Order: sequence, then C-alpha cells, then structure tokens
Amino acid sequence: MKIKSISNHFLKVACLALATATAQAKPTTAECNTTGLAVTDDTVTVGQLHSATGTMAISETGSIQAEQLAIDQINAMGGVLGRQIKVIKEDGASDWPTFAEKAKKLLVSDKVGTVFGCWTSASRKAVLPVFEKENGMLYYPTFYEGLEQSKNVIYTGQEATQQILAGLDWIAKEKKAKTFYLVGSDYIWPRTSMKIARKHIENVLKGSVVGEEFYALGSTSFGSLINKIKLKKPDVIYTAVVGGSNVSFYKQLSAAGINSAKQTLLTISVTEDEVLGIGGENLDGFYSCMKYFQSQDNPNNAAFVKAFKEKYGPGSVIGDVTQAGYLGPWLWKAAVEKANSFDIDKIAAASPGIELTNAPEGYVKVHANHHLWSKARIGQWQKDGQAKILFESELIEPDPFPKGYQ
Amino acid sequence: MPLFFRTIFKTRGEAIAFGAFLLLLLVILPLAIPVFRLNLVGKYLSFGFVAIGLVLLWGRCGILSLGQGVFFGLGGYCMAMFLKLEASDPITTAIQSTPGIPDFMDWNQITKLPLYWEPFKSLPFTIAAIFILPSVIAFIIGWALFRRRVGGVYFAIITQAIALIFSLGIDGNQGYTGGRNGITDLRTLCGWDIRSENAQYILYFLCVVLLFTVALGAKYIINTRLGRVLVAVRDREDRVRFSGYDVAMIRAFIFAFAAMLSGIGGAFFVLQVGFMSPSIVGIIPSIEMVIFTAVGGRLSVLGAILGCLIVNFGKTTFSEAYPDLWLYLMGSTFIAVVMFFPNGLAGLLEKIPTSKSKFASLLARFQKTTPAVVTKATPISDEN
Repeated sequence: MKIKSISNHFLKVACLALATATAQAKPTTAECNTTGLAVTDDTVTVGQLHSATGTMAISETGSIQAEQLAIDQINAMGGVLGRQIKVIKEDGASDWPTFAEKAKKLLVSDKVGTVFGCWTSASRKAVLPVFEKENGMLYYPTFYEGLEQSKNVIYTGQEATQQILAGLDWIAKEKKAKTFYLVGSDYIWPRTSMKIARKHIENVLKGSVVGEEFYALGSTSFGSLINKIKLKKPDVIYTAVVGGSNVSFYKQLSAAGINSAKQTLLTISVTEDEVLGIGGENLDGFYSCMKYFQSQDNPNNAAFVKAFKEKYGPGSVIGDVTQAGYLGPWLWKAAVEKANSFDIDKIAAASPGIELTNAPEGYVKVHANHHLWSKARIGQWQKDGQAKILFESELIEPDPFPKGYQ
Repeated sequence: MPLFFRTIFKTRGEAIAFGAFLLLLLVILPLAIPVFRLNLVGKYLSFGFVAIGLVLLWGRCGILSLGQGVFFGLGGYCMAMFLKLEASDPITTAIQSTPGIPDFMDWNQITKLPLYWEPFKSLPFTIAAIFILPSVIAFIIGWALFRRRVGGVYFAIITQAIALIFSLGIDGNQGYTGGRNGITDLRTLCGWDIRSENAQYILYFLCVVLLFTVALGAKYIINTRLGRVLVAVRDREDRVRFSGYDVAMIRAFIFAFAAMLSGIGGAFFVLQVGFMSPSIVGIIPSIEMVIFTAVGGRLSVLGAILGCLIVNFGKTTFSEAYPDLWLYLMGSTFIAVVMFFPNGLAGLLEKIPTSKSKFASLLARFQKTTPAVVTKATPISDEN
C-alpha cells in the first residue's frame, strides 16, 4: 500500500490545518453552557452509543474506533473550547429498545454535550424521539435511506440519492448498461434505495429493471436468484445486500461462475469492512459506489489511515462509514467553536455551513438540512481487498426528500 | 373477604413479602430514584406480566413456551398501532406524499391506510384487542397442538418456530408493520403526552397496580382447584385424563391465559418505552422472558416478578459499568442460577431454615397435607 511512503510530515500538516480554528479565547463555563450540560472549566463529556455486542458489533466497531481516534486527536490538540473531551461509552447491544434506554440515560442522567452513535436505521429511529424530546445532539455516521431530517441530528453519511444517482449514471455511461437487476436485503434502506434506483433507471436513464428482489436479513441462500439472473442476463446487477447475507451472496455468485469478466455488478453496500468477510477474490472486478475508499490518494487520508493503523493494528481496514464516523467529532468541534457554546440549540444553528477542508474523503460541508455535501466515488475491488477508484463525482447536494423519487 | 385472602396467601410470611414488595415499588422506589430510572423499572415490570404467565404455564402446568414474545408482541403492536395512528394526523405528517397515514407506510409507497388498521383508531377496540387477540391466537395454537398430545420439548420447539415466523412476518411486511425499524415515535394517548415526566409516573403506578392485581389473581388460581389440576396435569397427566378431565382444554386455557397476560405486558412496554419493534418479539427475547422467570423462580409469582427486576436491572447496571464485558457477566449469572438454584431465587428463600430444626420442619411438611404445599416440596421432574 501507498501509506508506507507517506512521512509524518503530512500528519502534522493535517493536524495543524484542523487546529487553525482553535485559536480563540476560552469562554467561561457559564457563558458556553447555559443549559446544564456536563461541561466543566476543563472538560466536556460526550456520549458514544454503538453496538459493542450483538449482531451489529462487527459493523459498528469501525465507527467506535474512528470516533475515539478523532476524539483523541482533538484532545491532543487542546480539546474543544479549551476543554478536554471525556467519553461515556454505552452499548446499544444491537437491540433497539436498549438504544433508546441508553440514549435517554446519556441525555438525562449524564447530560452529555453530544452523542456520536447509532448505525442501523432501526437504532436511529428508536433514539430519534429521545433526542428530540430531551434536546440532545446526535452525529450519525451511516449512509442511509433519507426521508428524515432533524434539528437534533447531523447526518455525516450520505442520504440515498447522494450514493445512488451518480453511480447509476456512471455505470450507464461507461458500460452502456440498459437492463438492471436489483437485489437487496429486506428492510427500509434497501427498499428505499431500490425505489430511487428504479425511478432513476426508468425515467432518467431510459433503461429497464428486469428483476427486483429482497431477501430477509440474514438470508444465506441465493440459488434461485442466481438462476433468475442467468436467465435474464441483465447488463448490471445492482445490490444492497447487507450483513451476513453479503458473504453468502458473493461466494455463491462466484461459485456459479458469475464474475466480473462476464457480469457487471455495482453495489452500494460493500465497503472495505465487508470485503474482509467476503474475501477480495470473490469481489475482484466488481464496483462499489461510496463517498470514501481507504485507497483515496490524498495527504489527509494518508495521515488518517496511518493514525488509524497505528492505533488499531496494521490489519485494520477503513470503510465508508468508519470515515464518516471520524468526521463526527471534528464537525461537532467546529460547530461548538463557531457557536462559542456547547448549547445544543446554538450548535444546531451553527452547524449549517460548517466545512472541513481536510477530511480524509476531501472537502465536506454541512447543509442547512443537517446532511453533508459530499462526492460519490466508484471503486473497483481488487484481490487485496482495496478499491481502485475509477470515478469521482462533483460535490452532491444532500436531498433527503428527493422530488420525483418518492 | 378473609377467606379470599386465605386462599391467596397460605402463610403470613407470603402476605408480608407481598406487602413489602408492593411498598418497595409503590413508595420507596418512586421517592428514591429519578423518573428516568423509574421509567426503566416500569419497563422491567412490563415483562413481569409475561413472567406471571410463565409461572402458571411452565412452573405450575409444566408447559415450556419459548414463544411468549409473540403474545407480548401482539399486545404491544396493538397498542403501538393505536398510538401511531394518533401520532399520524394529517397536520404533523403534511410533509408526506400521503398525509394522515403512518410515516413508514408512506416510505413504502402505501397510499391508503390498510383496512385492518382502521379499527385501531378506537381506544376501546384497541384495549379489547390487547386482551383478546393474544389469547384467541394462543388458544387456537394450543388447542390444535395439545389435542394431538404435542407436549414437552416438541411444544417448546414449535413455539420457538412461531416466534421466528412472527418476527420474520413483521420484518417482511414493512409497509404494514414498520418492518425492522418497528413502529416508532409514539407521542400521545388520547391527547395525553406519554413522554412527559408526569405521564411516566402515572404509567409506572398503573403498571405496578395492574401487575400486582394480576399477581394476586395468579396466586388465587394457584391455590384453587384449577391450580391443583394444573399441577396434576404437570406431574401425572394420565391420571388426570383417566379421572375424566379434558387435559388438552386445561392446557390450551392456561396457554391462552398466559398469552393474555403477555399481551398486557406488551401494551405497557409500548406505553413506557415509546415504540415497538420486532426485536422484542422474536426468539431471543422470548427465551429471555423464560430466563427472567427461571432466575426468579418459576414456581413463585413474586419470585418471577423479582426475577424480571433483577435480571433487567443487572442488564442495565452491568452494561453501563462494563460495556465490553457485561454479556459475560449476565451469562455467568444465569449459569450459576440454573446450576445452584434450580428453583430460582424464590426457591432459595424457601430453603432458608426457620427457627425449627431441619427435622422438625420436615415433620411439619409431612403433617400438612394440602396439595399446594406438597407441590412446593416436590422437586419438578426434568421431562418438561
């Protein structure tokens, strides 16, 4: 990998650049905390709420690690408004009522300044009423289905249109694709994503959808699907299969002789984390559309990857959501400093317009709708589990309630 | 009235324990802990309804059901449907393509409220459904199985399969059920904000009072003839059948009764937690409900409630203190309880010797010949 050739210099540059905004006078606690949050003269307490146990733990670990890394780096630079960040870690245990319970505990008992957390839509839906009722702030890292917007959430991942449209445009143009076979796991994110994909394929690309199927979460047998695909011979298989199903799906495709030499496949649910489980050889040559790949070649990303591997071991990989998780603490820090206050209302008001010029994925900016402007990228998976980036879109405006796609 | 109480409480100790427990929940806890924690206790207690059902069903009648989550879920979903319809008025949902229907339906391109949702606009219907729906479904399942003399492990496996089917069914019909996300963002009950502190106090007290009413009822059943027949069905099914009782009917009835209690628990869960999701109705939660009962003591009504409180309190406390290790701590606790106290914590309490010598108490047991007491002394066979 390229990271080895990057010197420490870049890490310093990145940190310095992120540090520029911190050079302001430290406000007193009474000034910057008018609502009784857990802020003292030297510390500010934040919450971290992910699944450390249960079926989602494997996916959420990356986010937990990235958020912790960002918090450590911020603390090393002097903290936020001169206060060191202390973290209260809670385990949502892949169980949605537990997420709601822990969210309430963090907000009501611990009075945390903000929460970095959640991964699945279900966990976010479970805690959202709590955050709105208790007026907390949540930084949510996962790419998701959209159709939501809250004063109390900053969505650091992509909403559906940001991930789908540019990818479909690219594959239609590059591969002259006209027929698509849509496959997803059966829950709200793949359902919504496929709905948007279908409208785009039919109305904008003037192509056709030759099949659309959803499989129960955790489903591991795709034999009948593979037969149908062989029969319909679509130009593109477009997938949003998640979790354990992913591994079976790609292994069975590969066993059935469907590989990139014969078949174009574009997915919106495979990041470096999933490749670890699926195996690079089963994905070799297939495409993913994400906003971030670990192989992105820029100094900020190199510094991020280096720091991540130093902290969590050389074998660790960084997927799209992990990087989005890393943005959370930085965006919160920027918002607090812009507002010169830890008050939730002031942070929420200050957030739109906040930019990070040196995020690992590149430039990001918070939109008035609390989502991020971001680029879409197409990566082609290699045998070593890394992606070769073939395409990068312009900055895409987040549009959680897309007109014409509902 | 005194006769009624003597039917419920066999000894003075039982009545005192009951009163002390009630005092703890109704007076001491509300004064001692903040409303957020009290709300959590209320959530734990909503599982108490299931546990009481399991004491009758499993402890007394020997039927192990690994599918009580289904009935908990049915009650919960009925309640959630009512609350969701109330939260989905056309003004709050104006942003949707079809205002006035629940948000998740809109996300799934459903443009009209499904017919079977309509009656859940009415509170009386919803309350009736919470009581009737789980018990009717349980009765049908129970009757079909018990008449064919399916029992023991096979019944447990079938209930587990039903739990799986139910949770997959909810998952797979997300336009109508909210799918994996569940039915979320419930706000008011007939205009009354259930998320406010006041409401949480009231719901908590309501939950405790109803739970203890149900507990008294369960104790009453245990100590009447029905209770003795249940035990007889558990221990000597053939003899009961030969005596002319309809064993299948007795079993189906108690299964339906336990299901009704589970449904009430589900409704209280939704009111206090504010949403319903398939993650509370599947196999794992169903087994957890059995564990609550086992830890507290499957023969004792109070023990089962205590089990719910202790296990859930342990879950919350361990997971707050040791986010990485807590599952191991919980697991070891369960193993320890099952290994060392097969009759749960309540069984442990009963073992504590009183002032009498061991021999004297044994003698006393022989002298008392009421069947219920004999039952308590008899270790349960492991076939069920």
